[in-house]
Amino acid sequence: MGMGSDMYRQQILDHYKNPRNYGELEDPTFTHVGENPMCGDEIRMDVRLEDDEETIEYVAFKGDGCAISQASASMLSSKLQGKTLEELLEMDRDDVVDMLGVDISPMRIKCAVLAEKVAQDGAEIYRGELDKEKTTTEE
Amino acid sequence: MSQQNLESLDVERLREDFPILERELDGKPLVYLDNAATTQTADPVVDAMSDYYRRYNANVHRGIHHLSQEASIAYEEAHDRVAEFVGASGGREEMIFTKNTTESENLVAYAWGMRELGPGDEVVLTEMEHHASLVTWQQIAERTGADCTYIQIDETGRLDMDHARECITDDTAMVSAVHVSNTLGTVNPVSELVDIAHDHDALAFIDGAQAVPNRPVDVEAIDADFYAFSGHKMAGPTGIGCLYGKAHLLEEMEPYLYGGGMIRKVTFEESTWGDVPWKFEPGTPPIAEAVGLHAAVDYLEEIGMDRIRDHEEELAEYAYERLAAEGDIEIYGPEPGPDRSGLVGFNLESVHAHDLASIMNDHAVAIRAGDHCTQPLHDRLGVAASARASFYLYNTREEVDALVDAIDSARQLFA
Ligand SMILES: Cc1ncc(COP(=O)(O)O)c(C=O)c1O
Repeated sequence: MGMGSDMYRQQILDHYKNPRNYGELEDPTFTHVGENPMCGDEIRMDVRLEDDEETIEYVAFKGDGCAISQASASMLSSKLQGKTLEELLEMDRDDVVDMLGVDISPMRIKCAVLAEKVAQDGAEIYRGELDKEKTTTEE
Repeated sequence: MSQQNLESLDVERLREDFPILERELDGKPLVYLDNAATTQTADPVVDAMSDYYRRYNANVHRGIHHLSQEASIAYEEAHDRVAEFVGASGGREEMIFTKNTTESENLVAYAWGMRELGPGDEVVLTEMEHHASLVTWQQIAERTGADCTYIQIDETGRLDMDHARECITDDTAMVSAVHVSNTLGTVNPVSELVDIAHDHDALAFIDGAQAVPNRPVDVEAIDADFYAFSGHKMAGPTGIGCLYGKAHLLEEMEPYLYGGGMIRKVTFEESTWGDVPWKFEPGTPPIAEAVGLHAAVDYLEEIGMDRIRDHEEELAEYAYERLAAEGDIEIYGPEPGPDRSGLVGFNLESVHAHDLASIMNDHAVAIRAGDHCTQPLHDRLGVAASARASFYLYNTREEVDALVDAIDSARQLFA
């Protein structure tokens, strides 16, 4: 049985304690927010696109919650820079788990994928393919 | 068992009745401190259920044959025994078996509330209600046009009884209050609340899910009109809950679930109902679970409910003191004393409750983290989640030490 010990490897704790790209953008192309009501985790993601309206130039996030959700947002914000919206939308939970580099216990997976869902929903809303105010992991 | 005469519990001996406690997780001994969610099941309970399945499994109230008679008698007697355990002198006529506390709440809310409540009526709850009662009454109020009001808690985590006297008025039809809070550990002055309700001709429903397992409860001394609890929180099985109701109220109430086993006479045009409690227990009931619950009640009473309470209080006090000494831990609810039960809800400053529970799990320490089905109360406390350690008759001071050690390693990890 895989116990959670591996969940708090140095990388996760480092991103949690020193979040990268933390804050708000002055001129985001789109902004989206989401929550994980189970934990009370909250994430806001600001994304700025290049002129091609497809390539991600910069991502910033703000949030509050457990280490898994916040570290995941921090790592994702770095990983997405230079990626396309298409690549973002193709990500799934395995990619998030790979990115975190640790085993995530089933009860904590919602914390891990919150940032990814917020970014993806934000991208779809920007493209006019989705209409929602807030993302939640309880769907 | 002979320890009846001893002062305190022979915990080492009692632990033998719960083989699950011998489990090791990744080589570390399990420290089970999530008893407010569910307690472990005592061997005599498992044995009684196994004996039922092996020797006299049959449907109840239907068969002429021998096994059905044995099963029916065992099922009915379980009602009498559980009624006696909580001081209900009416026996089975005042004791309905449900699936859990939540269903007991819903039974009264639907069977009584949907018929009796209307615009202008008030249902008075407390800010520390479990969702089982809070959400249920909220829904019934919405459908009937009644209003819900909430008795506030004070800064110590106790009910503000002055506010209770303001909330409960002649418009109040029902007061639904938790006996022991599953989040704060507060033991509420329920008989006082019931008296206030009765002064205004309102009924009182008490949620005893966290009280019956660990302290002597006498529903008649409390004078509750309804009182609910769950088998799985008192060393008994899952799948069975209890609803005590005063005989004359249950007599007058219409059922809320319909079907077989609850009727007196059925024609194509209409049906009449059987006696209490059967009219509230349609379909095949939880028979093995009732047998198990009977065994659980015997088991607890043999140990002695006041000694179980004392043991739990002692552990909670020890845990409270050790956690309070840490400086970076916020503890919710009253300080240790007679109005605090055997659970401790807290938050460690630097670590989110969910991270804390995950790290505790690495040490094989099982605690609960989250909103504990009291989201409005957490809003009131200004936190999204809290951690909770809850004790039962088999827990030890060494396990409290293991809790504190595991918290310390979480603190170090996040430092
Ligand atoms: C105070 C309280 N009320 C109600 C419940 C609901 O119990 P059950 O899940 O058995 O219906 C619980 C248990 O979580 C509780 O602690």
